[in-house]
Amino acid sequence: MQADPTETRLRTLMLAALDGDAAAYRTLLAELGKHLRPYFTRRLTPAFASHAEDLVQETLLAIHTRRMTYDRNRPFTAWLHAIAHHKFVDHVRRQSIRLTVPLEDDAPILAHDDNADALARRDLTTVLDTIPPRTSDLIRRTRIEGASVAEAAAAHGITETAAKVSIHRGLKSLAARFSGGSKP
Amino acid sequence: MTDDLIARLAADLKPVRPMAMHRLLIGALLASGVVAVLAMLMLLGMRPDMDAARVTMIYWTKFSYTLALALLGLAATTVLARPGGRSRWPWLTGIALLALLLVLAIIQLARSDDMMPMIMGSSIIRSLTYIPIFSLPVLLAAMLALRRMAPTRPALAGFAAGITAGSTGAWIYAFACTETGMMFVALWYTLAIVVVGAIGAVLGRFLLRW
Repeated sequence: MQADPTETRLRTLMLAALDGDAAAYRTLLAELGKHLRPYFTRRLTPAFASHAEDLVQETLLAIHTRRMTYDRNRPFTAWLHAIAHHKFVDHVRRQSIRLTVPLEDDAPILAHDDNADALARRDLTTVLDTIPPRTSDLIRRTRIEGASVAEAAAAHGITETAAKVSIHRGLKSLAARFSGGSKP
Repeated sequence: MTDDLIARLAADLKPVRPMAMHRLLIGALLASGVVAVLAMLMLLGMRPDMDAARVTMIYWTKFSYTLALALLGLAATTVLARPGGRSRWPWLTGIALLALLLVLAIIQLARSDDMMPMIMGSSIIRSLTYIPIFSLPVLLAAMLALRRMAPTRPALAGFAAGITAGSTGAWIYAFACTETGMMFVALWYTLAIVVVGAIGAVLGRFLLRW
């Protein structure tokens, strides 16, 4: 079985807790709280986001009172997820939150701003102007307009390998210049 | 708030023994099974012809069919008591056992001169009454145990507990039952067990929410 580091750590803590290690248990619950909060917030519509904390507490309580149902030979995260999912479904039912709209589609109205896209495009042009014109054109064709490397290479009359090298170098120099922390 | 809760839960921590869930379920079934046996001895008593019956095929058929269903029910209950638990093979095996019993029953009917006593017997009402009665303590004990567990399909978990209880009740009743027809067992014992299963499903819906 693949050993996911989170799974391994949480499972070790859980096994220690089942044997009565209160310190490990406290660490485990605190960490689970950190995992569960975004888990529930993401699943609740913004109008019900304030319920996330209740759900975290209910889930932690269920983990505590029903910890005997954890099978020591099975993945801990699967058990955790089953409990959290059950608590979420139960909560939605009990609060009769009507999920007439899929959760993902009910995002805030101003989340997507077309004007911002235009600004991003202009930034991109500015950025691409800082590297040699052939390199920037190759990048634009392959990475933004979706052309293949072969097509872009043909447009400039160079080999595919040369185009690949050129694109790679261009992206590298852009990354070096615009990634955070680099000094001129 | 959540930090307070975590502190309280950590302070409340007691070690959990390996297989604690299995121990609780089996312990509940055994204790309530004793109650059911006592009820059977008081209300009906063992069948008077026990020594003669002990060498018959039908006695052991009743004995093993009900016991096997009880164990399969327990297997399903144990799986469904865990969050996200899914049970499949216990149900399929139970259906296969019923099919096998029906085959045996048909063979027995084909060999007998008078079929009706083999099918209808003389104690349908008695069976349909006492099997649920002897199941009742077992069903309640199983439900109480399940309430401390985490079934995410409460009705199905209740049904599994009901099948376990019904089969245990039928197994106990079999010691008092003098019917000789395989078809009688296949029809009426099974009906009584399924009725208790249905009661368990309804109880589960309400009692096993968490």
